[in-house]
This record gives sequence, structure tokens and C-alpha cells, in this order.
Amino acid sequence: MTIMKKLLTSAIASTLLVGGAQAAISDNTVKIGYLADMSGTYRDLAGPNGEVALKMAIEDFGGTVNGAKIEVLSSDDRNSPDVASSTVRRWLENDQVDLVAGLVASSVSIAVTNILKENDRLGIISGSAASSITNEHCSPNHIHYVYDTYPLANGTASAVVKEGGDEWFILTADYAFGHALEADVTRVVEENGGKVLQAVRHPFPTSDFSSFILQAQSSGANVVALANAGADTTNAITTAGEFGLTQSGQTLAALLLFLTDVHALGVESAQGIQLTTGWYWDMNEEARAWSDRFYEKTNVRPTMVHAGVYSSTMQYLNAVKATGSDDAQTVRKQMMDTPINDMFAKNGIIREDGRMVHDMYLAQVKTPEESTGEWDLYNIVRTIPADEAYRPLSESKCSLVTKK
Amino acid sequence: MTMILGVPVAVLFGQLLLGVINGAFYALLSLGLAVIFGLLKIINFAHGALYMLGALVTVVMFDAFGVNYWVSLFVAPLLVGCFGVLIEYFLLRRIAHEDHIYSLLLTFGVALLIQGILTNIYGVSGLRYSMPDVFSGGVNLGFMFLPYYRAWVIVVALLVCFGTWFMIEKTKLGSYLRAGTEDSQLMQGFGINVPLLVSLTYGFGVMLAAFAGVLAAPIYSVSPVMGGNLLIVVFAVVVIGGMGSIAGAVITGLLMGVIEGLTKVFYPEGSAAVIFLVMVVVLLIRPSGLFGKEA
Amino acid sequence: MMAESANASEIRASIVQQRKADDRKKLMVNLVLLALLLVAPAVLYPVFLMKILCFALFAVAFNLLLGFTGLLSFGHAAFLATGGYTTGYLLSTYANVTTEMGIIAGTAAATLLGLFFGLVTIRRQGIYFAMITLALAQLVFFFLVQAPFTGGEDGMHGVPRGYLFGLIDLQNNTAMYYFVLAIFLFGYILVQRIVTSPYGQILKAIKQNEPRAVSLGYNVNQYKLIAFVISAGLAGLAGSVKTVVFQLASLNDAHWHMSGEVILMTLIGGTGTLLGPVVGAAFVVNLEYQLSQGALADWVDAILGGIFILTVLAFRSGIVGEIQKFLKKNLH
Repeated sequence: MTIMKKLLTSAIASTLLVGGAQAAISDNTVKIGYLADMSGTYRDLAGPNGEVALKMAIEDFGGTVNGAKIEVLSSDDRNSPDVASSTVRRWLENDQVDLVAGLVASSVSIAVTNILKENDRLGIISGSAASSITNEHCSPNHIHYVYDTYPLANGTASAVVKEGGDEWFILTADYAFGHALEADVTRVVEENGGKVLQAVRHPFPTSDFSSFILQAQSSGANVVALANAGADTTNAITTAGEFGLTQSGQTLAALLLFLTDVHALGVESAQGIQLTTGWYWDMNEEARAWSDRFYEKTNVRPTMVHAGVYSSTMQYLNAVKATGSDDAQTVRKQMMDTPINDMFAKNGIIREDGRMVHDMYLAQVKTPEESTGEWDLYNIVRTIPADEAYRPLSESKCSLVTKK
Repeated sequence: MTMILGVPVAVLFGQLLLGVINGAFYALLSLGLAVIFGLLKIINFAHGALYMLGALVTVVMFDAFGVNYWVSLFVAPLLVGCFGVLIEYFLLRRIAHEDHIYSLLLTFGVALLIQGILTNIYGVSGLRYSMPDVFSGGVNLGFMFLPYYRAWVIVVALLVCFGTWFMIEKTKLGSYLRAGTEDSQLMQGFGINVPLLVSLTYGFGVMLAAFAGVLAAPIYSVSPVMGGNLLIVVFAVVVIGGMGSIAGAVITGLLMGVIEGLTKVFYPEGSAAVIFLVMVVVLLIRPSGLFGKEA
Repeated sequence: MMAESANASEIRASIVQQRKADDRKKLMVNLVLLALLLVAPAVLYPVFLMKILCFALFAVAFNLLLGFTGLLSFGHAAFLATGGYTTGYLLSTYANVTTEMGIIAGTAAATLLGLFFGLVTIRRQGIYFAMITLALAQLVFFFLVQAPFTGGEDGMHGVPRGYLFGLIDLQNNTAMYYFVLAIFLFGYILVQRIVTSPYGQILKAIKQNEPRAVSLGYNVNQYKLIAFVISAGLAGLAGSVKTVVFQLASLNDAHWHMSGEVILMTLIGGTGTLLGPVVGAAFVVNLEYQLSQGALADWVDAILGGIFILTVLAFRSGIVGEIQKFLKKNLH
């Protein structure tokens, strides 16, 4: 009898143990791989400083989670899907990496999400703009955190149309990202009663925009929208200024501008431009406090991508802590169940398609008179509520949503 | 309004003028390449990086020492030119007797190195450089608004191009240069320091690139990567013109600016590829380029 | 008379013997390398090895031109990409196209493109040849950006690896590795056969002195054209296999930087040697990987540039070439 009892209890205990082991953190380490462009076009908006943000999150979290170590691997993707995919495969298959963070160029992000799905691990995309990542390319293994083309078009275009800018000229970078923005902008403009007179697609990259600016001037449109990014946008804005685009009564709208771009342009040339952003370092006390700490380490103010990397890493680590597991689906579910309330977002929710929806902000670049410092660049004009900003699930083509 | 192929004539005029202005940039850059190749047989793949250096030096000198645009216009090309002389002296000279292709590979490496180092220091977002006050504003030509600065670019670029052509083809110094690089032993015999001549010629070609860089600083985003893609376009221009032909490089530069400008109106997506198409066609018909001597 | 001819035959015999000894040495080296390649996946990560093999094949193909024919193509990325995109498109669109059919089709497409490039460029020499191949490759790049089926900047993703001969699941990295290795060896041995054949000797003669080859009555352009087409086809094969390995094709493959990278690989390894490009590819791929991991990640370009300069200045014969020189000096 006692023997039976003993056997029974030990059996129960061992099942419990096995159950516990399943939920536990594999090899007692949480490994995070940070993959981003460290040396090319997207270096400044994410790059090495994104890694700083990631490490800040781990440090603030305490360096361990439930007694398990947190390790960081980092690598340059060189904006090449090949490089990215061989690195990530090795991370997942050999190094037992649990989370891939960073991820900027959309070609890289899409390649990586395929591998994540194959290996059932988790990825958080902070840098990419393509809204297809949580639409056609959605999977249960990644989360798109900071922004995408949908709210960029939505925020800026509807605001500008409401101010009377109803006839549009769109200058589009001739690749997937530009096309997506162009389509989104056209839809928003038309829904709000405006009209797109002309859309011109320029090669990516282009350094001289004078010809396109001239076409914009003679198009008769009252709004000139730039559906491009990075150096293309800054070059186009400089040229627009030189050719007196705004003096002749046209409004300039940039659909994707990062803080680093505006900083490069300076308020002199960028003043008055409206743009949509997911976050601004000076938007509230919490954001300011965090970016002061970031500034101490990097000597620059963080972009929304940097802030997103910090916030999403925190959200991830909290979920690992709460569930005691680093299993991708367990953690993802926990992350979805917990609203995000931190320096980055208020009531941010990760939806079933992997899209993190949070309030977006319509900003206007300050005039030289308003700006008090090198990084004092935006006035936040309006908060765009999360459910208004992002693509509603009812329009989603994501298989995780449509299956139901 | 009169229309040509659905485009108002006025717009077309504007585009033609802009094409010429862009062409002036191409002309300056391809001129430098042509000088270097024509006289030294060096295929200078670092040309884009040196152009970038011209622009970057301008910005950095302004930020650090408040050096203004006019001073930069002279000082920046001079500094970058000296840097070019160093490249020639320490690197290119060592492979002077090898196949030309090695000079291409060597300068490609130099370009990667310069660009890689500067990216680490200055990032890639671009640096700010404001237009000199004299040039703010522009003039309304009726068919377009022409910023004063663009007008200045075309005038000064064409002057420099003409001056260079004149110096090399029409002056005594130029004839020394041509003779010295064609038959160095003979010229050495005449007591002319040929190695120095070679260094200075390379330095001069580099100065032209840097000069284009200074002209570009106020209107284009200045960053370590700005020269990367421009390089192969400019190379195409030189090849179309006929490698080594000084006048050919200038005329082709202007011509390609115009062709590219028109493509931007009628088929904007193709404007990055049109020059390569022209190049293929030209080389099929005239194997050594429009103005090249038959090889 | 008698004494002389005996002497001559002795010399001949000793030359033959020397050659045989050389061949035996080469065979030994090749066998050791082959053995290493066979056991490599037990030690190193297979996908990484496959990447090296793909680029090695690409560089070997490229070197058939640069090292053995003396033509510098600055547009080889076009073939790599054409092979890759063709294979990727076929495999992801048509379920009944098997992996090997996809690869063959990709190779064929690149070969055809090579024939076209070759017909246009083969009469040009030196820098003109380099530039016109570059221009043509830029046009291919433009086409790939514009064509609807390539996915533009986003690239083509989710290409299935499929089954080899309908039997072996290539999703398994080890199986995939040996498949890639077999293809690589096929390409490598093909190039080896070509350069040691009489045809290869003529190519060498053209490289050393083209006018002389012409005056000897060879149709130089035809020889060069054939070499170009084979090189393009093998580059396409490398691209096709790479697409299957990574399950994606991207514009990076078509960019002119890729054409520059293959030059770097070949140069570092040693132009004009068979093994050089393989070593060079392994070196560059590994270097990029190592650098991108650590604190030096943002210095990759600068370091590659430095290596480029150093190679051209000091080690023009490349790693393999320098080793050969060293051995020759110290063994004889």
C-alpha cells in the first residue's frame, strides 16, 4: 500500500515535472537575434542604434528572465535576403535563437518570416513599412510592431484632403513599397472626396528630382505627395524647396519620413511638411525620459524604430516571464493578451494577424523660429486613434483572419 | 497650349533645360574620367567616391570652420585633388605596368574603403548644407521657374569643361601631357618629370570630380553613399563618348542629360536604364564610341 | 645521331614522368578536398556550406572567362539572377515542375541570355567588353525590377525546394547539401575538362596573344563566344541552385555589386587557377559572415575594400596562385 502510494506520488510528481519542463525556457537561455542593416541605406533609422535599444530593454528588464540568461546575437543583413536567410537559418537551427528582432528592408523581413514559420519561432519586425507583412504574408510566427504603409497614407492623406488639398500629384518610388503607398494614398484621397490627377514613378534610387518636381508644378495639382523613402525623399524635398514648389501654392506631403531624415534636411528645408509617425521622442514625459537615456548612449535622438525595438523587446520578455516559456506560440498568445502600455504606446494591441495597432500621430515639421534645438523637429498636430489608423481586420487577406 | 505626344511644349522646354543642367554634371564627371583614362589609361572606379568626397569636405569644412561656399569651390577640389595624388603615388603607381583592368579593381577597392569608413563616421541619412544666400530664389522663364543656382551650375560647369578641353588640346602644357603619357621615355629624355606629370594629371581628374561634388552639395543630399550609383552612369557616358575623348565626354554628357530628361517625361520608370540602352546601341554601331578613335 | 635521339627520348621520358607526378599530386589534392567536402556538413552548418558552393560555382564559371580566356565581364550578375528567377518562377508557379526540371530551365535561360550577350559583345575587347556587359546587365536588372513576376524589390519568396527525382525530400538540409555538392562538382569538372582540352589550350593562346591566335587561323571570336556561353550557363546554374537552397530570389543577385563581388572572389582566390575561385568564394562568403556578426559589422565594406586593394597590389595571383608559387619555389 505504502509502496503503491509512493509509486503513485512519484508518478504524479514526474508528470508534473515533465509538464513543467515543456513550459520551461529551452536550454535555460532566452536568445534574441538582432538582424538589421548596419552599413547601408537603412543604417541610421535602425542599425547599430537599434541594438543599443534592444540591450537597454534587456538591461532594464534585469538581464535575466525567471533565472534564465538573456543573450543577444546581432548581425548585419546587408539588405540582402540571402544574407539574412542564411544568418537566420543558422540562428534558429544551430544557435537556438528564440526571437528575431530588428528587420528593416521588406525583402529581408519577408524572407525571414518564411524561415520563422518553418521553424516555429517568433520574429518582431520593427523597421519594415510593407503592410503586406501582416496581410498576404501574415503568419502565426511574426509580429509587425511600429508602423506600416496603411496608416502612413491614411494619416497624412486624409488630413491634407480635409484641409482643402483635393487634387493630388503623387511621386512614387518605382518598387513594391512605393506602389503600395501610392495605392493606399489614392484610395484615401478618393474616399475623402479628392482626386489624384497624376502619379509618376521614378526609378529607385534617383538623385536628381528636378524633372519630376517640374512635372509636379505643371500638373495643376495642389498637393504633391512623395511616396518614397530615405535619400529619395530628402532629395525630392530639397529640390522642391529650390524650385519654389510651396511658394507657388502647392502643398508638399511626405508619406514616410523618419526623424533622421528630417534631421538631415533641417527645419529650414523641411518646415511645414506634414507626416505621419508612430512615435516621437518629445511627445510626452515618458518618451522624453526614455530618449534622454538613449541619447546618453548614442548621442542621437531615437527614431520610432528604435523606440519600437525597445518596447517590443520588453513586451516579449514580459510574456516569457509570465508564461515561464519561450515557446513561440505560448509567448505570442501572451503578448496578444496583454495590452502594451509604455513609453512607446498606450493601449497598443497585437491583433491576430500579427499587426500591433496603436495610436499614430500626424506631425508637422517645425519652422526654424519654433525649433529650439537640433532635434526639436515636430509639432504633433493630431493623434490618429489606433482603430482609425490601421487596416481593419474586415479588409484583411491574412489567412489567420479569414479562416474563421 | 501646344502639345507634343500629350505633353505641353512649355513643359518640354523646361525638361530640356533641366536635362542640359544635369548633363553639365555628367559632363564634369565624365570629363575627369576621360582625362584620367585618356592620358593615363587608368580606369578610375573611385570617381564616384571622390565626387562624394568633394561634397562632404564642403559640408564638413562649413560645419567645423565656417568655410563658405566660394572658398570651398576652390579649397575642396584642391584638398581632394591632393588626396588623389596620394592615391596615385602610393597605390596606382605600383600597378602602372599591369593590365588596365587592375586599375579598375584597385580603384573599386579604394571606393569601397572610402565609402565604408565615411559611412561609419557620418551615417547615411545625409548632411545638411544650405544654399548660399546669393542664390536663393530664381527667375521665371515663362515656361518654367529656373532657380538661380541651377543657372550658375550650368554656366560654371561648361566653363570648366571648356577650359579643361582647351588646356589639354590647345596649350603647350597639354601637349607635354599628351606626349609625356604617350612616350614617357622620350619626354624623360627632354628633362620632364613624367612621374610627377602623371600624379598631377590624376590629381587634376580627381579635382574635376570633387568640383562637381561641391556644385552638388547645396542641391543634393550629401552622404557617403551619394556617388555609388552615379559612377556607373557616368562611366556609361564616357564609354558612349569614346573612352579618352575629352570633347566626346563633354558633348555626350550634355546629350545624355537631355535624353535622360526626356525619358523622365515620357517613360519615367525607364530613366535609370535609358543610358545603358543608348550605350549598347552606340557600341553596336560604333564600337569605339561616338567620338572615339577606331581601336 | 643515335646518342642524340636517345638523349631526347630520355628528356621526353623525364618530362612525361614529371607530368605524371604532377598529375598524381593534383589528384591527391583533389581527393583530399573532395573528402573534406563530403564530411563537411557534419562539422559546419549545411546551409552555409551550400551558399559557399553556389558562389564557388559562380566564381568558377566567371573564371573560365577572366582566368582562361582573358575577358573581364562586368555583367555576370545578370546570368546568376536570370537562372535564379527563372527557376524560382517555375517552381513556385507550376506544381508539376520538379526541382531538377526547374534548375535545368533556369540554366537554359541563362545560357540563352549568354548567347545573346555574347553575340553582342564578343568582338569588343578590354574595357569596352567590360562596360558593354555591364550595360547589358543593367538592362536585365531594369527588366527584373519592372517585370510583374519577380516581386520587384521585395523579391520572390517561398520557392519550394521539392523532391529530387520525386523521391528525396530536399527540405532536409543534408540531402540538399549533397545535391548541391553534386551539381558543383559537375560544373567544376566540366570547367576543368574544358581548360585542359585542346579547346582550352586555344582559349589560353587567345588570352596570351590574340593577334597570334588569329594569324594561326583560329576563328577567335567563335572560341570566345563558346566560352562566354558556357560561362553564362554555369553562372545561371549557380543562380538556379541558390534559389532552391534559399527558397528565394532577390534583386541583389542582379545588382552590379554582385558582378563586382564575383570579381573579388576570383581575384582573391587566384585567377587562372581552377581551385582559386572556389577558395576565393569560401573566403569572401565566410569573411562577410564573420564580420557581419560582431562589432565590426558596420565595417564590412571598408574591410572588403582594403582587401581588394591589398590583393591587387601585393597578391595578384591570389591565395591559390601564391601557394602554388611558394610550393614551386621551395620544392624545385
